[in-house]
Amino acid sequence: MAAPDMTAAPRAGWRERHAPRIRQLRLYWHTYRRSASAMLGLVLVVAFLLLAALGPALVPYPEDAAGAVHLADKLQPPSAAHWFGTDEVGNDILTRVVVGTRLSLAVALIITGVAAGIGVPLGILAGYSGGWLRETIMRVTDVFLSVPALVLAVAIVAALGPGIVNAIVALSLVWWPGYVRLIESKTLALKGETYVEAARLAGATTPRILFSHILPNCLSPILVKASMDMGMAILAAASLGFIGLGAQPPAPEWGAMISIGRNYLPTWWWYATFPGLAIYFTVLGFNLVGDGLRDVFDPRSRGR
Amino acid sequence: MARFVGRRLVFLVAMLLGLLLLTFAISHVAPGDPASLAAGPDATPEMVEQIRQEYGLDRPLPVQLGRYLLGILQGDLGRSVRTNHDVLADLADFFPATFELVTVSILIAVLLGIPLGVLSALGRNGWFDQLARVVSVSGVAIPMFWLGLMLQLLVALDLGWLPLGGRLGLMSTPPEPITHLYLLDSLLQGQWQVFGDAAAHLLLPALALCFPALASIIRVNRAEMIEALGQDYIVTARAHGLGGFRTVCLYALKNAMLPTLAMIGLRFGWMLGGTVLVESVFDWPGIGLYATQSAIAQDFQPIMGVTLLIGISFMLANLLVDLAYVWLDPRTREPA
Repeated sequence: MAAPDMTAAPRAGWRERHAPRIRQLRLYWHTYRRSASAMLGLVLVVAFLLLAALGPALVPYPEDAAGAVHLADKLQPPSAAHWFGTDEVGNDILTRVVVGTRLSLAVALIITGVAAGIGVPLGILAGYSGGWLRETIMRVTDVFLSVPALVLAVAIVAALGPGIVNAIVALSLVWWPGYVRLIESKTLALKGETYVEAARLAGATTPRILFSHILPNCLSPILVKASMDMGMAILAAASLGFIGLGAQPPAPEWGAMISIGRNYLPTWWWYATFPGLAIYFTVLGFNLVGDGLRDVFDPRSRGR
Repeated sequence: MARFVGRRLVFLVAMLLGLLLLTFAISHVAPGDPASLAAGPDATPEMVEQIRQEYGLDRPLPVQLGRYLLGILQGDLGRSVRTNHDVLADLADFFPATFELVTVSILIAVLLGIPLGVLSALGRNGWFDQLARVVSVSGVAIPMFWLGLMLQLLVALDLGWLPLGGRLGLMSTPPEPITHLYLLDSLLQGQWQVFGDAAAHLLLPALALCFPALASIIRVNRAEMIEALGQDYIVTARAHGLGGFRTVCLYALKNAMLPTLAMIGLRFGWMLGGTVLVESVFDWPGIGLYATQSAIAQDFQPIMGVTLLIGISFMLANLLVDLAYVWLDPRTREPA
């Protein structure tokens, strides 16, 4: 390859301008690819994302997702026509599991997004400001973290009333403190870095320091935590559905399906089994991706 | 040490106050009417009005907060509409079962997790390490309630090895309550049959509950062991001809245990949260089942009671772990 002639091309192409970043990303990808478990996670996540996007078009019995009734086909064991069997009103369980992917992923995305949206700014603020502001934010965070998230979410849903929307509100309200803890300590460490000091001395305003110096350097831990949290939020939302406080039947939600399916154990075992497997594989996928990302961003954690 | 304990106790009280503010916010400030929440779903408007006056819910919020805190200090957690008992009495009835379940579960997680962590660190990247990794990755991803159902399906129904649910079989009478923990009580009174029955009933729910904790204990212990085994003092010990077992257990494990210990405190609290799921699967008569049944019946006060109780237990567990930490690791002690 010839050296780029700067006089002939005064404006370098996108590739050239972003060469360092591209090189960095390729290095990340190279590291990520070497881990078999991280790749397995990526395959799982991509597969479930595809199901969420295309699921309703792919499933054999789309009308079953909303709870059609075919009593003649009720509680059929897995077969060629119904791979995962049918439920108590004759709905195809494969259809409902696949269509439920969209709901579960959307719920997890909202919870993780809201939690990061509340927690990251508060964490940066607490870590950078210090003083009473930091004390206030961190003590409130401590209080929220003093009760297991699921219990607090149950309490909030109990006050608001059961339902998928209230479950999302409750889980979002209990999820942000983790981000505050993470980002506060990261910001505290970054605050003392020379380049932040230099920016401050050069007269950069506080918002500028926060947005263009601190936040970008917090991105990798946020990404790792968000990936893990996608899985944990799916699990939490399904748990609320299982208790009967989340999505209400006949919505095709995995936790709610297991909750009804358990009444049909052991004879009709497929009813509760397959939605559970769906939860397991999605959560596993996001956790493995999170693990892989951590190894990429933080080489010291590798092999742990 | 005394100063440290004192500071931690002050902090604990402050956290407790914060927790009470949080539960107050959930029950009084959240949209929805606290009076009708307290009265339950079947209450007539007159009953709701009566409760509103009785609890002072028509007064300004600061006054309500004062009354709420005073009430809790006097042990008034409200009444359960469903059981028609005081919530405090119900909690006292149900908590021992939960405590027994969580304790046995954390014991299983520790007794399995630490050896598994040590063995995978010793045979790093070998087949055993891979196997342990599968366990630890799956442990976090498996829905606890679903694992419970599958254990019931396979072990209790298909194989018939262990009972399906509950705390004791029909053939056993509960032992005389001394500690209210069936395992301990039956042991103290020498009732071996009851002990066996209680242990058999406990095993499946404890297994379902322990998985996430087991997973993280394996993970943390493995990582810490790998770090400890690479330290100079291990090399020195080996160079002095100390045997493998002694080096590993006496020197490396001792140092690897501290982060694991911190993990155990955290996991204890999460397990208390997990009982909400596992107890309803196994019909285990503890506070988790109490909370879910109340939630379904829209009986509000018991849920707030359970939230407070679990929060307080979690804080105490963390306090104990912190104290143990300082006691075990002199470096964390502050200079006097």
